[in-house]
Amino acid sequence: MKILVAVKRAVDYNVSVRVKADGTDVDIANVKMSMNPFDEIAMEEAVRLKEAGIATEIVAVSAGVAQCQETLRSALALGADRAILIETTAELQPLAVAKLLAAVVKQESPSLVILGKQAIDDDANQTGQMLAGLLDLPQAPFASKLVVEGDKATVTREVDGGLETISMTLPAVVTADLRLNEPRYATLPNIMKAKKKPLDTTTPEALGVDVAPRLKTLKVAEPPVRKAGIIVPDVATLVEKLRNEAKVLG
Amino acid sequence: MSILVIAEHDNQSLKGATLNAVTAASKIGGDIHIAVIGANVGAVTQAASAIAGVSKILSFDDASLAEQTSEAVAAQILSVAGQYSHIVAAASSMAKSVLPRVAAKLDVAQVSEIVEVVSADTFVRPIYAGNVMATVQSSDSIKVITVRTTGFDAAAAAGGSAAVEAQTVQSVSNGTSFISREVAKSDRPELATAKIVISGGRGLGSAENFKIIEALADKLGAGLGASRAAVDAGYVNNDLQVGQTGKIVAPQLYVAVGISGAIQHLAGMKDSKVIVAINKDADAPIFQVADYGIVGDLFEIVPQLTAAI
Repeated sequence: MKILVAVKRAVDYNVSVRVKADGTDVDIANVKMSMNPFDEIAMEEAVRLKEAGIATEIVAVSAGVAQCQETLRSALALGADRAILIETTAELQPLAVAKLLAAVVKQESPSLVILGKQAIDDDANQTGQMLAGLLDLPQAPFASKLVVEGDKATVTREVDGGLETISMTLPAVVTADLRLNEPRYATLPNIMKAKKKPLDTTTPEALGVDVAPRLKTLKVAEPPVRKAGIIVPDVATLVEKLRNEAKVLG
Repeated sequence: MSILVIAEHDNQSLKGATLNAVTAASKIGGDIHIAVIGANVGAVTQAASAIAGVSKILSFDDASLAEQTSEAVAAQILSVAGQYSHIVAAASSMAKSVLPRVAAKLDVAQVSEIVEVVSADTFVRPIYAGNVMATVQSSDSIKVITVRTTGFDAAAAAGGSAAVEAQTVQSVSNGTSFISREVAKSDRPELATAKIVISGGRGLGSAENFKIIEALADKLGAGLGASRAAVDAGYVNNDLQVGQTGKIVAPQLYVAVGISGAIQHLAGMKDSKVIVAINKDADAPIFQVADYGIVGDLFEIVPQLTAAI
């Protein structure tokens, strides 16, 4: 069984981003970039399925600038067998990425596509569901447990009230939530080996996909900062303040 | 312009989040219809038709929709989507699953988790865990939008009298079947709509110790929340998680107990009106967003607080 995993190059989760002075965009020049954390979880799940003898091949896919190769090398170091970069300098929005992935899925015919549930930069939380929609495949977003048996995947999903378990006939699309697994770190030997694994490059044009953005960002701004509060010495003072100053207690 | 709002419900009752989505729809401007998609949803359609400012209820009522699987709900929305300029829903796990699928099928973008309507095609939404607010303009013919409920007041649940129109239900067979659902039962107010939320973090140390903040929550009639660290440590279930990837809350009063204040937690609660932090570490980042902080042992302070109110 072949698994396709989509990985995004995103601003590292430890970086606090700044808005450019002209308010046109976020300034990500010279900031540390990493694999989107949810995609690391997606990657880990695929590797575990391979280690369990269920998956036979893992293909990592990324879309974006040439530097996404680094993200794909990380995926290869974690256990992907080969990688595909859809290279473009164009701004890619979720619908465009879903279309690019759909084109790759048509070429590769994986039994399972695993993605992170959202990227921590645009926080859109759309690509997996869009991909499933475009391909008319069953979908299981926000997975916290994945069991593959034969041509079925049983997925426990994190939903508002608790957990929901569904069964899907493969091929299907799964998006990884936080508690699906805890991703491993790549070992040095695996990082070295990853350098020799195949990494193919294609383009949106070669895949026949129009990636023109549908949303125009008019401006970005930092949200209002909360003004600093006070440290109170004891519970009695706190209760007094909540009652008489903040007026949130009756 | 006509706007279709997707109702949030559990087949028995309409969820409050729908009211916030209706307010967002009213700011866009136009005729507001509500789609109720489920099984035996008579009570839900009735509640929906009473919402002020709504002119029509589309009822998709069929046993096959009981579990509201993404594929089935998407198919119903798609059957009427062409009649609308906007499709709007509260950013629940249902809507977050379904609407991107709908958007892709319509070949349009989705605008996720808006917190402000600037105009009919321009919206403000948080990115980077709420550290940046982006104003985006959609050029698509149908705008598919999820609404962060904390950004909009609830519409009046009474005063309307929208007509209910039964719709032909589309059958869907694409290989997904529902197996089970474990819904945490609680008498406490829903986290997303509670006026007061008491949240616990890793500082509580165990599932057992959560009882001390439960006692405080019960005394205040508050919702109970938790940090990701507390959920990951197994103290409480995932549905209590407040943060970037959990629930986004903005109550009148948020009390963070034993929570250090990681960026991803702050993203879920920093729009609360008043924030109280109780933590033994005076340098914890939570104190930078708290209106009132107490530095000390939560196991002494929380019971004192429960006794004092």
